[in-house]
Amino acid sequence: MMSTRAEKASTAARDTTRRIAMGKRSGIWKEELFKYVLILCIVIAFVTLLALIIHSAWLGRSRLDLNLITQMPSTLDPETSGMQSAIWGTVILMVGVLVTVVPLGISAAVYLEEYADTERWWNRFIELNIQNLAAVPSIVFGILGLAYVVREGFAFGPVAYAGSLTLAMLVLPTVILASREALKAVPDSIRQASYGMGATRWQTVWHQVLPVAVPGMITGTILAMSRAIGETAPLLLVGATTFVTFNPDSAFSGAYTAIPVQIFQWASRPQPEFRELAAAGVILLIAVLLIMNSAAIWLRNRYSRYDL
Amino acid sequence: MRTFGRSTAILSIATLALVGCGDGGEEGEAETGTEEGGNGASGQVTIDGSSTVAPLGEAAAEMFMEENPDVQVTVGTSGTGGGFESFCRGETDISEASRSISDEEIAACDEAGIAYEEIGVANDAISLIVNEENDFLQCASVEELSEVWNQDSEATNWSDIDPSYPDEPIELYGPGTDSGTFDYFTEAINGEEGNIRADYNDIGEDDFAAITGTSGNEFAMAFVPLSYTIEAEAEPIRTLEIENEDGDCVEPATETVQDGSYNPLGRQLFMYPSDLALERTEVQDFLAFTLENNEALAEAANFIPLTEDQATEAQATVDELAGN
Repeated sequence: MMSTRAEKASTAARDTTRRIAMGKRSGIWKEELFKYVLILCIVIAFVTLLALIIHSAWLGRSRLDLNLITQMPSTLDPETSGMQSAIWGTVILMVGVLVTVVPLGISAAVYLEEYADTERWWNRFIELNIQNLAAVPSIVFGILGLAYVVREGFAFGPVAYAGSLTLAMLVLPTVILASREALKAVPDSIRQASYGMGATRWQTVWHQVLPVAVPGMITGTILAMSRAIGETAPLLLVGATTFVTFNPDSAFSGAYTAIPVQIFQWASRPQPEFRELAAAGVILLIAVLLIMNSAAIWLRNRYSRYDL
Repeated sequence: MRTFGRSTAILSIATLALVGCGDGGEEGEAETGTEEGGNGASGQVTIDGSSTVAPLGEAAAEMFMEENPDVQVTVGTSGTGGGFESFCRGETDISEASRSISDEEIAACDEAGIAYEEIGVANDAISLIVNEENDFLQCASVEELSEVWNQDSEATNWSDIDPSYPDEPIELYGPGTDSGTFDYFTEAINGEEGNIRADYNDIGEDDFAAITGTSGNEFAMAFVPLSYTIEAEAEPIRTLEIENEDGDCVEPATETVQDGSYNPLGRQLFMYPSDLALERTEVQDFLAFTLENNEALAEAANFIPLTEDQATEAQATVDELAGN
């Protein structure tokens, strides 16, 4: 398997060398064009994001104050309304997603990458399905969650952890795929050396492979959490309520709401005050996401010393 | 073979872990279940249903919680249909509805053994809105509207409705099937619930999107709750007069809805408490509070308050239920 990959790579490299030698001139303008196309792509992506942030910040500028964090949602006084319950709801949801999706996703990736025999049809079947799952619309996970997490199956009822579990299912493929890539990037020489020292497969994975792969896995987890934090549709199905003026009791009891659900609710109100609140909520959501990701990046950099 | 043994071991550990989670969860759920039952005294009122009624429910919840800080009231916006769906499964205490409960929903509630009462909490009307620039529509009859909105309608341009109208494409906006506004409008205009042309822009539960759509196109038309029109005064839209049963053109407004002359598009909004929920004092208190403060709440949520007769009737229902 490794040897065929290496062979392919060396053939490709030889090919490229030949091409460069034969037609260097014609390659130059293509090189330039390619560069500008890439720059254009990144500009489009960046400008879209920037436009969203600037638009929301401008629209919600009057409401970007402490009230937004310290006050509960209010229908009667939109001027001083906040979204404290939604912030706590989102925090609890995300902690739930994290503790669920990280062990599950990484274990699945370790199995598929280090243990599974890809010659077996069931392992290939599982791989194929994980890739397909990543493309399933989130509302489908919401329906699944409503049926098997809230009502039947786990039967948690409409509590925050039911939302966490549904979101975890939604982002599990992302974590698995990213973690597998991280594991693939670990040089095989490390494994061979470990086996050579007489280590078992478990010892090799736990002490040698995982520590090296952690930064890549954290990147995958950041992507997954970033997707989960903005999801609204599945949460509405599994019981996030739109008007809650108290913080959730725990992940397993009581009503909860989340920032995107609150934004959705406010954005659909006709009064301009509520739409300003929604815009301010968008900025807050981005801020929470940034804080979350900064923490993850800090973690990743700590582990990066294992980089080889 | 060895590899397979290993992988099975890992798999079974994973499965065990999952089952473990499941068990823990169910226990947790059972605990919360009993807690919630006992919590009755300490106060949880779960409301869900129509997004049209929600502003009133939320305002009521907020004012009620100010006076009763120990009671926690939550309000969801799943739509009238969505609300009854969970209500008839016993998941909510009060269902907000912008129409009376349907036969199908009655059957679902009966099957689950959930009894309920209908309490009118405010009046509302559906208004038809057009762009401010629109100068050919003033007063519409039910027949004319049905020609536009009917599922069999083949009119693509306004001139297909009336040759004197401009030869411009019709663009329609309205709430989706989960909305009570949708059910009510289709029944009142097209004679049958759910009867609507397939190519109208379904804006789901986001009533404001219809206003945005209409304000952007001179030849657009939308149906929305009257409260949304009142609050969106700043938008470049205009309401249509509706020709009522007596053949008069009537503007949607508080007076015309209350006196019943704005028909057939004026209606009452309801709260449906379940019999089980009504055994709890906080639910009784909440309903009584909602009726006592009817005028203030209707004003806060831009609805039309109950008339005196309606209020007396609703009050009588609540008193009777509380007495039980």
